[in-house]
Amino acid sequence: MRQVEAPPILDAINRRIINNLQGGFPVTESPYRDIAIKIGISEDDLLWRLEVMKTDQVYSRFGPLYNAEALGGAVTLAALKVPEDDFERVTELVNAHDEVAHNYRRSPSPLNMWFVVSTESREEIQSVLDKIEQETGLKVYNMPKQKEYFLELKLFV
Amino acid sequence: MDEIDRKIIAATQSGLPLVNHPYHEVAESLGLSADTVMERMQSMVQSGIIRRIGIIPNHYKLGYKSNGMTVWDVPDDEIDELGMAIGKLDFVSHCYQRPRHLPDWSYNLFAMVHGKTRNEVLNKAEQISEIMGNSVRAHDILFSDAILKKTGLRLLQAHNTKAE
Repeated sequence: MRQVEAPPILDAINRRIINNLQGGFPVTESPYRDIAIKIGISEDDLLWRLEVMKTDQVYSRFGPLYNAEALGGAVTLAALKVPEDDFERVTELVNAHDEVAHNYRRSPSPLNMWFVVSTESREEIQSVLDKIEQETGLKVYNMPKQKEYFLELKLFV
Repeated sequence: MDEIDRKIIAATQSGLPLVNHPYHEVAESLGLSADTVMERMQSMVQSGIIRRIGIIPNHYKLGYKSNGMTVWDVPDDEIDELGMAIGKLDFVSHCYQRPRHLPDWSYNLFAMVHGKTRNEVLNKAEQISEIMGNSVRAHDILFSDAILKKTGLRLLQAHNTKAE
């Protein structure tokens, strides 16, 4: 149930906030004040703008981004080749697993369903994928990352 | 990583509070001192357990309505060099090596590209293609047609911290 919404009003200050907060948020007594000074606004204004942008879903989360693997957890990307007339059923089966964090329909490619599985331990990944294979009757293409060349948000607005 | 770290992770994995002294508030909710929370978080930043502290922007709301997962079949002995060159482009948000599944799937290099329109994504993919030149044996772009599910990664469950 997606709502149609007007595009958020991104004024120059909000742009500066987004561009300045993509990493390196300080671990200090008054971190918002530190950032506010850097941007040239008051701390109250920064906090208020962050509240509004959160409500407007300009950003989905603000805080530490933890490295799942460093915590002993595991993440993988997997794909399925789902027949068009079976798409709804397979979507329900895959999404029913709590370990499935994201799921996207993608095209054009025979592999048309792409989902991320995240578990607290490495062993659990395979068992979730096995279950999905059994439930859907489809082959699961497991594509864990083997190497990461960069992971840094560089979305300048 | 000990129990104190786990508590801090569980308390902050969905975000930091928007208050004047966020680490103090986290500390208070856990019965720890603010200094402990800040020291632990600083050392987790240094060790890489915390990748970064900041906002996770919603690309879609910021006008980046098109995202393309560009996938490339490149020689294994060139992939590190190519991956590094592609990963640092400012329009690539993630760049990974992933396993092939022959004969169905021959692509081993993935680069996520965001753009305001599908055309912009196609143009950026073309730039990637030019950088890699003859090393590319085949490539494709998979656009997202629908988000079927989107939740946060589950790193630590609440029961883990309560149990101990």
